[in-house]
Amino acid sequence: MQNRPDPDELLKHVESEETGRGKLKIFLGYVAGVGKTYAMLEAAHQRKEQGLDVVVGYIETHKRAETEELVTGLEVLPRKQIEYHNVTLPEMDVDAVLKRRPKLVLVDEFAHTNAPGSRHPKRFQDVAEILDAGIDVYTTLNIQHLESLNDVVAQVTGIIVRETIPDRVIDEASEIEVIDLPPDELLTRLQEGKVYIPEQASRAIDKFFRKGNLTALREMSLRRAAERVDDQMRSYMQTRAISGPWGASERLLVCISPSPLAEKLIRTTRRLADELNAEWIAVYVEVASKPENNPANRERIGRTLQLAEELGAKSITLSERSIQEAVLDYARKNNITKVVIGKPLKPRWQEIVTGSVVDQLIYASGDIDVYVISARTELNKPIIPSDWQPHQPIGRYLLSLGLVALSTLLGILVRGDLEPANLVMLYLASVVISAIFLGRGPSLLAAVAGVLAFDFFLVPPYLTLAVSDTQYIVTFGMLFIVSLVISSLTAQGREQAEAAIRRESQTNALYNLGRDLTSATDLNNVADIVISHIGQAFGREVVIFLPENGRIHPFASSPNYQPDENELAVAAWTFDHDQPAGRGTDTLPAASIRCVPLRTSNGMVGVLGVHPKESGSLLTPEQRQTLDAFTNQAALAVERASLAEQAHQTELLQATEKLQSALLNSISHDLRTPLVSITGALTSLDEQSESLDDENRRSLIVTAREEADRLNRLVGNLLSMTRIESGAIKIHSEPDDIQDAIGTALEQLGKRLGRHGIQVNIPVDFPLVPMDFTLMVQVIVNVLENAVKYSPENSLIEISAQLMDKKARLQIFDRGVGIPAEDLPRIFDKFYRVQRPENVSGTGLGLSISKGIVDVHHGIIYASARTGGGTVITIELPLDEEYSQ
Amino acid sequence: MSIVSNSLLKILIVDDERPIRRFLNASLGSRYTILEVANGEEAIQSAAVSHPDLIILDLGLPDMDGTDVIRRIREWTDVPVIVISVRNSEEDKVSALDAGADDYLTKPFGISELLARIRVALRRTNELEAEYAIFQSDDLMVDFVKREVCVNDSPVTLTPTEFSILRTLVKHVGKVLTHQQLIKEVWGGNYQADSHLLRVNVSNLRRKIESDPNRPRHIITEPGIGYRLKEIEAKL
Repeated sequence: MQNRPDPDELLKHVESEETGRGKLKIFLGYVAGVGKTYAMLEAAHQRKEQGLDVVVGYIETHKRAETEELVTGLEVLPRKQIEYHNVTLPEMDVDAVLKRRPKLVLVDEFAHTNAPGSRHPKRFQDVAEILDAGIDVYTTLNIQHLESLNDVVAQVTGIIVRETIPDRVIDEASEIEVIDLPPDELLTRLQEGKVYIPEQASRAIDKFFRKGNLTALREMSLRRAAERVDDQMRSYMQTRAISGPWGASERLLVCISPSPLAEKLIRTTRRLADELNAEWIAVYVEVASKPENNPANRERIGRTLQLAEELGAKSITLSERSIQEAVLDYARKNNITKVVIGKPLKPRWQEIVTGSVVDQLIYASGDIDVYVISARTELNKPIIPSDWQPHQPIGRYLLSLGLVALSTLLGILVRGDLEPANLVMLYLASVVISAIFLGRGPSLLAAVAGVLAFDFFLVPPYLTLAVSDTQYIVTFGMLFIVSLVISSLTAQGREQAEAAIRRESQTNALYNLGRDLTSATDLNNVADIVISHIGQAFGREVVIFLPENGRIHPFASSPNYQPDENELAVAAWTFDHDQPAGRGTDTLPAASIRCVPLRTSNGMVGVLGVHPKESGSLLTPEQRQTLDAFTNQAALAVERASLAEQAHQTELLQATEKLQSALLNSISHDLRTPLVSITGALTSLDEQSESLDDENRRSLIVTAREEADRLNRLVGNLLSMTRIESGAIKIHSEPDDIQDAIGTALEQLGKRLGRHGIQVNIPVDFPLVPMDFTLMVQVIVNVLENAVKYSPENSLIEISAQLMDKKARLQIFDRGVGIPAEDLPRIFDKFYRVQRPENVSGTGLGLSISKGIVDVHHGIIYASARTGGGTVITIELPLDEEYSQ
Repeated sequence: MSIVSNSLLKILIVDDERPIRRFLNASLGSRYTILEVANGEEAIQSAAVSHPDLIILDLGLPDMDGTDVIRRIREWTDVPVIVISVRNSEEDKVSALDAGADDYLTKPFGISELLARIRVALRRTNELEAEYAIFQSDDLMVDFVKREVCVNDSPVTLTPTEFSILRTLVKHVGKVLTHQQLIKEVWGGNYQADSHLLRVNVSNLRRKIESDPNRPRHIITEPGIGYRLKEIEAKL
């Protein structure tokens, strides 16, 4: 077993070797001036001589002649000028690099922070995108910019470095070249002015460039590089199944709290994990009975967990009754070998009262090692921005004092009749009320003020704090303690209730979304529901982008909101990279929209954007989590709706196929029948004309001619149907005379009307009706033909026109066999024929063609039963007001 | 009209379908001398070389659009052209008529219909759009000298526009006139009349001269194209 390479390790190896990702080489120095940029340029020239396509993405030469000289001869891409507060800041143009697609690009100053308004806040993120595109990158970095060394550097040098990069970034580098220069030589160079120093920082730099500092930094960078070589050695041995001294693998678990020290814990654990070459996990335990309600603390927890992830940890949040149970339970289940925890900051007496998590953890840890890490206390200042305290206005404290005053007033009124011990209850009441309605602080104030007021006003001698009877001391003490306990308990209950309400409202919102989504029928519906629910829950405008032919398009959005070009670009980035982008993220943070991918197990289905109504605040981490939950539901619903839509399309396709086969049947049957008659008649005339008498000959000729006419009409109908079906029908709508249309139809029908009586009732001065004259004549012909077909000879067919409100109504009445009520709505379907008179021929196309034509006129056509027998076909066409007389 | 000399009249048939040419040749051959061509180029050549008295032209030709054939022919000759074409191409018919065709027939058609159209077209060449003094068609009588219209011998009063429409139709009796041709003749070339004005006037005119305006016998509508005045032979 040991000899076989771990499949996961192999996979990782394969991924790092063979993905199309570009390779990153870092020129690592311990301080500015050791010659990183110079070394990078030299290496670039060598590669270029080997025939590689090398360009300069961004180089800062600091006007040093020797460096500038090296830049010449390399292709330098133009920089992007970013306007910020009227200052133009030059930045690397990522798009230009991606467009140019060299084999290798040089990017100086890996840890650089981009100007606001750039695509990514940090240059290393730009580089990641370039690497993703399969382009190799050379870059330079000073050791003090490494995240995990940040506090060590601060300790050694006293300078806090603001520009940091996560350690994983250099772990991902394929190669690191340490550019080393002994400190003495560096100092000489510095004195000779060969090191670039910004003038405003020269004093700080003087402090920084001390030999002690330099030596410490140099050691750090050399060690870091050595660790990496070690890693590479191990990974080499692993892939080749060389059994080596890699021991039982360790797993570390670090427990964090809302304390600002948690970051230090994380960094320490990372170093520890590095040394042990162990996997590590950061955990935050939320105690179910004491949920963390302070938003500042919640945010700090989120930040700390994020830092852990940046440093390569897995982060989780557990919810349990007690911290040590949760931690140990998780640790055992996940083969954790070492638990890292911070030294308690509470005073000893408090620990004795409430118990110490560290003690309990050590006591119950069994064979798991527990590391307790110390922290300097000066950092222990909870940073609570003032806007996080909306519920603590001074008014609440005044109110609680008012309650105490009221209790005192009541007490003064009855102090003659009641024992002071009973009056104490009044103050307890005010403490309880304060705790319930005003919160912890005001209730504590009420407790203190209550004790004082009781003594001053209600315990003799009055109006002095002096006490005549010493037993009142006990009363004060008890009153104070009871008040404290009550206020603490009540406030805790209140806070829990608030947390519960908050969670419940989130759960409710999610539940409502889920419930509404189940009833959604199509994609539009789903989009509307998602948009309105998310819009409501977050008070934001929402937009859903869906892909179409591989590109993302806004599909639906909140009313009055339409994403602009920039926002569309953010959405496109999110879609292409399957990562959140925009406001509050690492990518395009200057955008006003925040885009999150809509992803299901089957892949990306779209992008959801939220856009603050005004330039509102960012989403809190909690809101972001809730948004994620919403997004998951939305993604599933969108996917489901898309699939349903596809299924619907398939159904339509099947329906079309069914229609086509019906059409084929119709053609083969209906076209052939007249052809049989015609062929029969003509062959008889041709081959047997001698044996035919005049009457028979005449009859054959008439048959052939009538059947030819029928064939002609059939072909015409099929053509019309095809044109309507394919949407190729164009109408030339012009105001025209409906009487003329009826007359023309009657003229076209000619002999086919047979012996039916026709009566036309059109009011004089009937307005012109907008219509395509030819098509409308066809409608009337088809309807009349049907009326003739299904009604007895000599019966009267009536045609009437009426003017209705903005509509012209044309009705055709017959006294035919009538249509069964259940068939009425279906007679306009294609190939539908009422199954009654057997001898009636036809394709069943006429009425559906009529309906198709009336539809393109935006009119309606329907059939109804006529009182007294027969059928009425009603056609209603919209009138153009301009031509109504 | 001398029927005797008919066989001397030459008709040029332009159609790419051999069966149609054969059918026309068989039906018309006894009355007229028939020339046949199958495409537009040949049609133009033949029209120039053989000087036919009438051309029957299919619009759907393999080499060029029938309307273009008409335009080319009209550059030098006024020979009557009857267009034959399939249904559903009203626009093509209108543009052919506007380009100078004299009449049109929708395929398929009966031979008697074609013969009637040929007669009307040939008469027009002979008489050169005869100015009638009096036009009589069944119950309708138009006296151009007196500017009087009678139906069943009782006079009817027409507005000047209605009379102008009727006069134009009579002048081209038997021939289809497109809406635009009518508007141009009645309202003048420069007047861009709405076609609905024409429709309202035709409707009013019918109410005055047709015995049943719901089923007109004199003024026939050619759907999507225009109107035609039908000459009804007096019953003897």
